[in-house]
Amino acid sequence: MSVPAPSTIIRGRAWVWPDDVNTDIIIPFRFKARTNDPVEMAKYAMYGFDPEFYKKVRPGDLFVAGRNFGGGSSREQAPVAIKYSGVAAVIAESFARIFYRNSFAIGLPALEVPGITKQVNQFDEISINLQDWSVTTKDGTEYHALKVPEFLRGLMREGGLVEYYKRHKSFPWEQMQATPGTT
Amino acid sequence: MPQAILNDDSLTFAEKIISVKSDGGGKVHRAGEIAVIGADMAMAQDSTGPLAIKVFREMGVQKVWDPKKIHLVIDHSFPAPDEKIANLHILIREFVKQHGVRLVEGSISHQHLLENHVVPGMVLFGADSHTCQAGAIGAFATGIGSSEMAAVWASGRLWVRVPESVKINLTGQLKKGVYARDIITHFIGMVGEDGGNYKSLEWNGPAVKNLSIASRACISNNSMECGCKLSIFEVDPVTQDYFKTANRKAIFEIHAGQKAHYKEEYDIDLANLEPQVWGPGNESKVRSASEFGDGHLDEVFIGSSTNGRYEDLQVASKILKGHKVKAGTRCIITPASRNVFEKAIQGGLAETFLESGAVFTNATCGACVGTHLGVLGENETCLSTSPRNYVGRMGATTAKIYLSSPATAAASALEGHIADPRRYL
Ligand code: SF4
Repeated sequence: MSVPAPSTIIRGRAWVWPDDVNTDIIIPFRFKARTNDPVEMAKYAMYGFDPEFYKKVRPGDLFVAGRNFGGGSSREQAPVAIKYSGVAAVIAESFARIFYRNSFAIGLPALEVPGITKQVNQFDEISINLQDWSVTTKDGTEYHALKVPEFLRGLMREGGLVEYYKRHKSFPWEQMQATPGTT
Repeated sequence: MPQAILNDDSLTFAEKIISVKSDGGGKVHRAGEIAVIGADMAMAQDSTGPLAIKVFREMGVQKVWDPKKIHLVIDHSFPAPDEKIANLHILIREFVKQHGVRLVEGSISHQHLLENHVVPGMVLFGADSHTCQAGAIGAFATGIGSSEMAAVWASGRLWVRVPESVKINLTGQLKKGVYARDIITHFIGMVGEDGGNYKSLEWNGPAVKNLSIASRACISNNSMECGCKLSIFEVDPVTQDYFKTANRKAIFEIHAGQKAHYKEEYDIDLANLEPQVWGPGNESKVRSASEFGDGHLDEVFIGSSTNGRYEDLQVASKILKGHKVKAGTRCIITPASRNVFEKAIQGGLAETFLESGAVFTNATCGACVGTHLGVLGENETCLSTSPRNYVGRMGATTAKIYLSSPATAAASALEGHIADPRRYL
């Protein structure tokens, strides 16, 4: 189950989704409950909107979504299905809390940019910079994502918890001092 | 050291428990800060557990941090409805054997932990969003995903952001036919689906003392539908009685300080509430049951971790007794735990259900998640006491799901359309 850690600059075409896209839309329970294989999960990505999504998505595509993306269940299969369908990152106006945590845990870049859906049209080419956590839209305007604590950024750069643990034999929050955060 | 924090008048419940449990040992953590806290208990179920096991193995961890504190629960699809799910259940049983952790099959995790294991002041991480249910007895209980669960299994610790708190002041008395479920449905309708995102809901006010532990569990459980991190009822005489009977002891009784800062405050006068229905779909508005017409219901589902407790089945049985479920509507009743199932048989409830024409199943999540025991087909309409009316949640993406209390669901099963339960009480 190895997908390389996200590179610093990610460029791709954007799929634009509405507010409140919940985990049952992202991958219905009846599919995710029957497999432990991320490649299989990816076949049901966004099934609630379009059962054929996995045939239409191209590697390196991006998601731009409205408020509360990933609400509902704790199912990590939701970000996993998105990641293994080929989507390189998700930008949303806001994320539901468990989905947000899960995205970092599995190494799917998740950037919170309020108002972003008004700046991007379906299939616009946009880019993301994971160094300064910014998004550049088609017309070249740069938007900054809400602040993310350094230990989570580091986790993302290393590709998620499995990769991080294999390398360091500890978890990224273990040495952390209490810091102000936005997650 | 913890005593000073427990007595600090300026801290919320969430700030107190995180400060007490954090590595800082006595350092106060306020809303917005990030802390690392130790777990007293970790739970994963049959749809998050297999992925956590896979991740745990990929990390290369050899031993779990404390087998007695780790619970695996086979509840979502029990017993396995097909071979693929059966194989994932086998993976869980093998892991349980290998590491000596706890396993329960055939009770919903949240209800099982409430009946047997959770206590006030505990930190519970669960790989299931409705883990927040255990806030009902004053525990820090919140949902996480599978990889973070694997990290908890390995180390017994996890990072948390100290949430902002929201105070909900409950006053007045519920009218006949109106229940805890109607309170939380009304609240979600008020704040919206992400109205509680990242926040700790703290339920307060003079009306709380009239809510049983089962009613509080319903509210804390269903609070997830506004995205909250915690949903807390502080320990009071009702909680103390419950634990006296259960013969379990609190770790800490945590009470929010009188001068604690709340991001938002809400007042709900329970006397104004009517039986509430939310649907179809989660983007719809919450309305009173009496506002609905006679749209046909193909299925009525009474059960789930939100409303599958004995108290819920009692209300349903009272309404169904001596009546027949409407022809053309199937009514499925699924208890939340083995214990509730047995009590329903001993108490004569099961007999009432069967006489009414309902289907009474073993304890499981069942129809709530659309894998077995009540899956919806194309364009079917269902009224359910489960927490979620999402597209495709219970089966076909074209099916419509409405949510209500068990009383409203039972009355609706008799009429074959959404009905106000009060005429049956
Ligand atoms: S009954 Fe439904 S909501 Fe409750 S734990 Fe099971 S699947 Fe989740």
